[in-house]
Amino acid sequence: MAADKPWALISEVGENGYREDLAMMIKEHFQIVPFSDFLQNPDFYGPKIQVLFIWKFCPEVTPSLLALLPSLRVVSSSGTGTDHLDIPYIHSLGVKMTNTLHVVSDATADFAMGLLLASARKICDGQEVAKSPNIVIVPHTLLGTEVTGSTLGIIGMGEIGYKIAQRSKGFDMKILYHNRNRRSAEDEAAVGATYCENLDDLLKMSDFVMLSLRFSPESVGLIGHRELSLMKRTAILINVSRGLVVDQEALVQALQSGAIQAAALDVTYPEPLPRDHPLLHLPNALITPHMGTYSVNTAKKILQKMLDNSLAAIKGLPIPDEVKPQGDA
Amino acid sequence: MAQDKPCALISEVGGEGFIQEAVDIMKQHFQIITHQEFLQNPSLSSKIQVVFLWDNKPQIEPSLISSLPALKLIANGGVGIDHLDIAHLKSLGIRVSNTPHVVSNATADMAMGLLLASARRIVEGHLICVDPNTTKFPRTQMGFEVTGSTLGIIGMGHIGFKIAQRGRGFDMKILYHNRNRRSYEDEQAVGAVYFKNKEELLREADFVVLAVNLTPETTGLIGHKELSLMKPTATLVNISRGRVVDQDALVEALQNRTIRAAALDVTYPEPLPRDHPLLHLPNVIITPHSGTDTAATIVKMVQTMVDNGVAAVQGQQIPNEVQP
Repeated sequence: MAADKPWALISEVGENGYREDLAMMIKEHFQIVPFSDFLQNPDFYGPKIQVLFIWKFCPEVTPSLLALLPSLRVVSSSGTGTDHLDIPYIHSLGVKMTNTLHVVSDATADFAMGLLLASARKICDGQEVAKSPNIVIVPHTLLGTEVTGSTLGIIGMGEIGYKIAQRSKGFDMKILYHNRNRRSAEDEAAVGATYCENLDDLLKMSDFVMLSLRFSPESVGLIGHRELSLMKRTAILINVSRGLVVDQEALVQALQSGAIQAAALDVTYPEPLPRDHPLLHLPNALITPHMGTYSVNTAKKILQKMLDNSLAAIKGLPIPDEVKPQGDA
Repeated sequence: MAQDKPCALISEVGGEGFIQEAVDIMKQHFQIITHQEFLQNPSLSSKIQVVFLWDNKPQIEPSLISSLPALKLIANGGVGIDHLDIAHLKSLGIRVSNTPHVVSNATADMAMGLLLASARRIVEGHLICVDPNTTKFPRTQMGFEVTGSTLGIIGMGHIGFKIAQRGRGFDMKILYHNRNRRSYEDEQAVGAVYFKNKEELLREADFVVLAVNLTPETTGLIGHKELSLMKPTATLVNISRGRVVDQDALVEALQNRTIRAAALDVTYPEPLPRDHPLLHLPNVIITPHSGTDTAATIVKMVQTMVDNGVAAVQGQQIPNEVQP
């Protein structure tokens, strides 16, 4: 019976939140409370809520929200990134946290390749020319960069980075990678990847530099003035990691001066960028609204993981994708 | 000396013609005459032995042909030669060459780029990001998962095969329809399944990619019937020629959501009239026939054209001659 189902706080049902088919999946296991309903009567709903679902970073997890949820057992977040959660603080409240590992890798790797190709072959510009109200001669500035046989430098060869390597092999790309830890010889051989212990070497040799690393405090500003100046002037930077990995001001300068050819970013800092930000007005910057995981199939897989994780948490069972503070056993 | 070199006609340098890098390659073996120069200097007419044709320019019209009595070869930039009446030209003693193979990588790359851009709504996403009115991400651009999906290739020649190779990297299931079945080794190399019946392929594919030559047999290959067989979630990608598709039928299919979307590097005509419905549908990506537009590929194409031109001038066998 509905009354027996645990209560879960969600953002909203609809285009901006959970589509109908996804909402149905949640309702099989939970009594759901949309955030707008919750705000109208937090004293009534608050004590009932055991699960807080975070979908596309909504709702925002603030101390004031958590204070209204005395029965909260678990915060279950979509995607792999956890930088939007204050992990130590939530942990201190005795609340578990989960993310969704593995399921986003295919969609993100696909999207990374899509960005690489769209930028290299100027698909957005081409569309603009093809659909322009004035018929124009296709300018030679629309000449693209050859992808087949070029050198792809992958920074962050975890699950997503490795899948990017697998996809780029089909284009006969030469693959270099930099990672905290070197991968096994078998892994390297399977995709023909060469390890670059020195990041500078990768930056100097790559035609495409791919940021697919897991975000951590150490990775903030990994790509700055110096790194951009080491890159080829014909190189393209692609970022599907987090905006903060790149020093954005340095990137703007590099794109304006021609230190690198172009950038394709699914992530920025902040999101969205202020409307007067230079990145939005540079012809050689392709920016997408953090949609790397947005496919219908992946959305269902993500949600299923969130349901599995949160049900395990409520039942006191081992949680598949638990996120623990650093240094915790 | 330049004067000793045979003369070749081109449309122009820059604009709709050749990039400077290409002209420099040609000048190693030919004296290059632009169409403008030719019109101003009719005495050049008896010297021109080769036309280097780019983007179907200069237009190969009877008036031009009759003013080029020494013309031996029209060297086309690109592999498609549906715009030339090869039989008629041969009857006038004029041969035609194209640039097969060197265009394949760039074209296959473009096909995958269009496929991914359409499936994952990249162009839409970019437009949202740069829109002055965007204050929050709408988070509604759910796309179609490419990994593990079914890729149906119609036309598994040199370009089609390379598309299959690229699709395999995404764990796509590869189906193909071709005039002739490919060898067992080829099929194994990309995990491709042959469909003698293209209707069956259309029923199963999530992405239908057209990579055929334009011939009388392939004109209108994809029409009402074919589009209605496709899944409502399917995407059509065309890097062949516009006329392989019945465009009116395509417009209807896109408007009625008979198929999910289309991504076209080619249309008929090019460019489309500005009020054409294809330019205004939200689920269509169109690029201006850019399939081979990289400096690296253009250089290879021009090198091929020059090789064919040199062979023609020297009376040798023309490497990439296209027979009627």
